[in-house]
Amino acid sequence: MAEITLDGIRHAYGPVRGPDDYALKTLDHVWTDGGAFALLGPSGCGKTTLLNIISGLITPTEGRILFDGKDVTLLPPEARNIAQVFQFPVVYDTMTVAENLAFPLKNRGVKKADVRARVATILEMLDLAALADRKAASLTADLKQKISLGRGMVRENVAAILFDEPLTVIDPHLKWQLRSQLKRLHREFGHTMVYVTHDQTEALTFADTVVVMVEGEVVQVGTPEELFERPRHTFVGYFIGSPGMNVFPVRLDGATAHLDGETIDLPAAASAPPSARTELGIRPEFVTLGETGIPFTITRVDDVGRERIVHGEIAGRPASAIVPEEGEVPAMPRATFRPDRINLYADDWRIEFSS
Amino acid sequence: MTDTPMTNAIPAEAAAARATAQRRRLRLRWLVPTLYIIFLMLPIYWLINMSFKTTNEILAGFSPYPQRFTIDSYVEILTNPVWYWGYINSIIYVVINTIISVTVALPAAYAFSRYRFLGDKHLFFWLLTNRMAPPAVFALPFLQLYSSIGLFDTYWAVALAHCLFNIPLAVWILEGFMSGVPKEIDETAYIDGYSFPRFFVKIFMPLIASGIGVTAFFCFMFSWVEMLLAKTLTSVDAKPIAAVMTRTASTSGYELGLLAAAGVLTIIPGAIVIYFVRNYIAKGFALGRV
Amino acid sequence: MTKTENNRAWFLVLPVLILVAMNAIIPLMTVVNYSVQETFGDNLFFWSGTSNYVAVLTSERFIHALLRQFAFTGIILLIEIPLGVAIALAMPRSGVWSSVCLVLMALPLLIPWNVVGAMWNIFALPDIGLLGWGLNSLGFNYNYTNQPVSAWFTIVLMDVWHWTSLVVLLAFAGLRSIDEAYYRAAKIDGASRWAVFRYIQLPKMRQVLIIAVLLRFIDSFMIYTEPFVLTGGGPGNATTLLSIDLVKAALGEFNLGIAAAMSIIYFLMTLLVCWLFYTLMTQRDARENAS
Repeated sequence: MAEITLDGIRHAYGPVRGPDDYALKTLDHVWTDGGAFALLGPSGCGKTTLLNIISGLITPTEGRILFDGKDVTLLPPEARNIAQVFQFPVVYDTMTVAENLAFPLKNRGVKKADVRARVATILEMLDLAALADRKAASLTADLKQKISLGRGMVRENVAAILFDEPLTVIDPHLKWQLRSQLKRLHREFGHTMVYVTHDQTEALTFADTVVVMVEGEVVQVGTPEELFERPRHTFVGYFIGSPGMNVFPVRLDGATAHLDGETIDLPAAASAPPSARTELGIRPEFVTLGETGIPFTITRVDDVGRERIVHGEIAGRPASAIVPEEGEVPAMPRATFRPDRINLYADDWRIEFSS
Repeated sequence: MTDTPMTNAIPAEAAAARATAQRRRLRLRWLVPTLYIIFLMLPIYWLINMSFKTTNEILAGFSPYPQRFTIDSYVEILTNPVWYWGYINSIIYVVINTIISVTVALPAAYAFSRYRFLGDKHLFFWLLTNRMAPPAVFALPFLQLYSSIGLFDTYWAVALAHCLFNIPLAVWILEGFMSGVPKEIDETAYIDGYSFPRFFVKIFMPLIASGIGVTAFFCFMFSWVEMLLAKTLTSVDAKPIAAVMTRTASTSGYELGLLAAAGVLTIIPGAIVIYFVRNYIAKGFALGRV
Repeated sequence: MTKTENNRAWFLVLPVLILVAMNAIIPLMTVVNYSVQETFGDNLFFWSGTSNYVAVLTSERFIHALLRQFAFTGIILLIEIPLGVAIALAMPRSGVWSSVCLVLMALPLLIPWNVVGAMWNIFALPDIGLLGWGLNSLGFNYNYTNQPVSAWFTIVLMDVWHWTSLVVLLAFAGLRSIDEAYYRAAKIDGASRWAVFRYIQLPKMRQVLIIAVLLRFIDSFMIYTEPFVLTGGGPGNATTLLSIDLVKAALGEFNLGIAAAMSIIYFLMTLLVCWLFYTLMTQRDARENAS
């Protein structure tokens, strides 16, 4: 287990002519020992590139990567002591489950007795003991993923376990089960785990720290709560939460925001550079529909059980609100925003209130 | 987080180390295929070499390239109808055979890939056994069969005889491609009111177009290279290039230059066909069929 | 894929059936017919029962041809399969060079078989052929027209030249179907080059390799044109393989009864081997689908 330091990492697949040629833009970050991290972002955002840089399949164009302070930038994957679980289950078809787990140890010349003991431990840990002598090829996808995970955990000193969208091919009802098992393993054994996904639920339930990426750039690093309450970038607001955050263009005037002729009270004064595009963000959870506030035109209401999601428009911009199941929604409602949950953005980046 | 300036230059030796790290696994692997290809090209080169020599020069002794370069052999082949009709005859029966094989194999392969029916497995195996039938076994019976129905020495005799091994092959390859198309597509089309023939031609065939291409390629190939049956079933009118070459080899003495030129010209159609299907070959083989 | 029961599917198979049956069953019947008769001159046939079969199976000539055939098939399988796999492993897996390799390697497969024979005939001539001249100037006493060893060396080399590419293409296709993740996982697991081959590449190539062995077995077992053009079965009978012997008996000596009996025995042997392969393959498929 190790602490992973990314020091000025930057990567381009082809020749570099301008800043846009970088598939991964400059990144400085420290992943603490024993943490559970998620790399979250839409496809093509560079998260797999970052994962491959950590695993050593790609050497970054610039910057260094350190494991526990040791520079491993130029080391190949096998010398880095990491484990990886891939999108599609990788098992050695001709071997049994136990032989699969023993494989990485055998390759490293571990003594036979030690291999047997260690494999038995892992089989126990992953609830695979009953299948130990089955051919790996005959198992279902979720069990195969467990075997690939086991091949990583079987090495006692493994620096980090990397997951590349590991639940893609798993049946939906098994996904949840596998994820909670993963969470439990992390709590019990404390491996440093890095989990790449485009699914916010997977990321938010698995990780202590989520790294949100878009177009090769890290837009926010934070706990699930921080991502939800204080998105640093409007993209994080849209991408996380269901439905995503409402964002309206506003004009700032001290502790008041002007939205299409209406005024909204802010918890404190805020200011943005004069040329910046200013916006107000509010999550649907904190929008109340009632008789006062800004006019809200309803277009559709989705009943999702405990609550209802009301879709509509505010000032010609799409908006949504989550209201409790029992509450009344007027036919021509007005919307109010909970002041302490309002975020302000200048050119898509969050600005602080001057309190 | 905004972009840092571009000029975050790294030292030259570090850059070199990075490049090595990325190229680590290449080494001398290319040597194996290269040597193999050289081995493949040597006899072909020798054939080409001979085809540009005069008969006198060939018989005079060993020389690694033509001393007195001549294209007489090629001129002879391309101006003498006996020669060039050999090529035309060969191409005609190969094309007829390819068309027949693919056309009848399409519905049959569909049946094998979609339905279970009485004796289907045995039928499939029986078909495949015909791919295994040695032409030498069938040469004489074929001669009698096609003579008795009056097809001897026609393109049709050879084209039909080659169906013996090409149809099983075509069914086999096509079945592989068709099994890769989900059955739901058929069902949706029937629900949409397509009749079977219309569905097959309008929807299904475009989906397996590359499979049809691969199949046609292999039918062309096996019909083009087979010479024993082609020679046995023809005498004058439909004589394939192989027969012309044999006659030259035996009657006009030791005309090696002419023979070599004729050989070189038989390689060309194959080379053209390979060039066009190069991207599909691996795909056809990938299905584990052929 | 689950298939629907539908006996009307026979109609779809009918055209194939008619064409192949016409080409397979009628000639086969003719052959069977000849094989149980004795011929004297024109159109004089007498029932002779199994005597032709007995004659063939006890004749030294047939047994020798058969042994030569097995030797030839065995040798070329032992060379072509490992060589083909090795070349496929070393080939660039994608990109322009991969295409170039494929096109050049496929070339021998598309050359008419008599031309292959003629080409090697010219290539191996002891005085003016590159191979013959080369071997002789290296001090080997090589002449395929009068030395059995040279003749065997030449037909084996010719077959390797002609058909190894088929094994390469099949093995290459098998290799290409392996996802990159397998190689990455193996790297991370610290697998040696040999372990990658043994536990990833070989299992994934298994299916295509069975087909390669099967095809090479069948095709080498019925090889005729190339060795016939090259050596004519000689010197003496040194390279007279089964098909060559058969054609000699049927067309050369017009001994139809014997030739037909040989054909049937020959065909049945091929069939038996193929049936064994087919059962092995389908049984394994069934087992894998069941588990």
